Amino acid sequence: MKIRKDKKKDLPPVSTASLPDIVFMLLFFFMVTTVMRETSLKVVHVLPKAQEVAKLERKSLVAYIHIGPPIKSLQSVFGTEPRIQLDDAFASPKDIPAFVEKVKSQTNEAEVPLLTYSFKVDNETKMGVVTDVKQELRKANALKINYSTGKKEKKKGSK
Amino acid sequence: MARSKRELQEINAGSMADIAFLLLIFFLVTTTMDTDTGLVRMLPPFIEDEIPPDVKVKERNIFVVLANANDYMLVEGEYMQIEDLKDKAKEFIIGNPSNPDDARFPEFEKVIDPEITKYFGANQMISKQIVSLQNDRGTSYDLYIQIQDQLAAAYREVRDEVAMQKFGQTYTELAASSKQSDLDKANAVKKLVPQRISEAEPKDVEQAKIAAGR
Repeated sequence: MKIRKDKKKDLPPVSTASLPDIVFMLLFFFMVTTVMRETSLKVVHVLPKAQEVAKLERKSLVAYIHIGPPIKSLQSVFGTEPRIQLDDAFASPKDIPAFVEKVKSQTNEAEVPLLTYSFKVDNETKMGVVTDVKQELRKANALKINYSTGKKEKKKGSK
Repeated sequence: MARSKRELQEINAGSMADIAFLLLIFFLVTTTMDTDTGLVRMLPPFIEDEIPPDVKVKERNIFVVLANANDYMLVEGEYMQIEDLKDKAKEFIIGNPSNPDDARFPEFEKVIDPEITKYFGANQMISKQIVSLQNDRGTSYDLYIQIQDQLAAAYREVRDEVAMQKFGQTYTELAASSKQSDLDKANAVKKLVPQRISEAEPKDVEQAKIAAGR
């Protein structure tokens, strides 16, 4: 067999003209799916885990209530007792009605009954704080709540 | 002029990919895709006057779960571990339909509901069970969630068993189905085994103590 060395066959370079298109496609995907973090957390929470969890369907109809000990840099000022965070600031249970009103006013009127208040509470918090918040929510007629939890893997042997 | 006669030079689009990449990386970093999961519950509406309406419920119809400040759990008067709660609750929810006079289990009542009648026939007896959950202010949130989770699991498993016997499919499968007939079936099962978890009004122990001391 004769190997032809003399004829150098140059491979044409791969065209990169479509690269911007691909990148743009990815870009649009991420632009559409992205949800900007609206609040910076001032409390730390390790969420508990549960099995019987349901997905929260519409993120725009969920208001978050964070409860947990303040982050390290704020502990010198606020201590280590669990605190409530609404939006961007620490709050007390008394601020709940105003918070509920604010959330309701920002929502389309037809969708107000669908609003869910999601509790993001640290594992080791005592129920006292949570109960106070729940009572205030009841008074403000905000009854749909969600205890935010991680998903626990089901044990083998159980159905 | 010589300049106007020259053909307009095309703008170099080679750097477009770089710009797009830059934006792409920005959105990649800022994006959060985690879906929030949790236990959805409805709170009971707030009643203005402090005294709740005096609804008499027989002792045998209530499954009492108490959790104290030391995270110990008392179920129906017995100290219990969280692992055993589900089976105990299931036993209670199913009850003893063949012998409604069995005092260890809740009473049964006849409920006439078109949806239940459609799939299960008339004269279905529904248990009058209520699960009552009481916790202290000092109970940890973790234990509270575990109890809620176990109780929800107990109800789901009872529903699964009922649906399996009747339709050959679990309740979970029926409820997740996209067919309307399956959803109706799931709804009937849901009505046959209603989830009744009652949370006691919080008792302000500290306040009561202070009031008693004065």
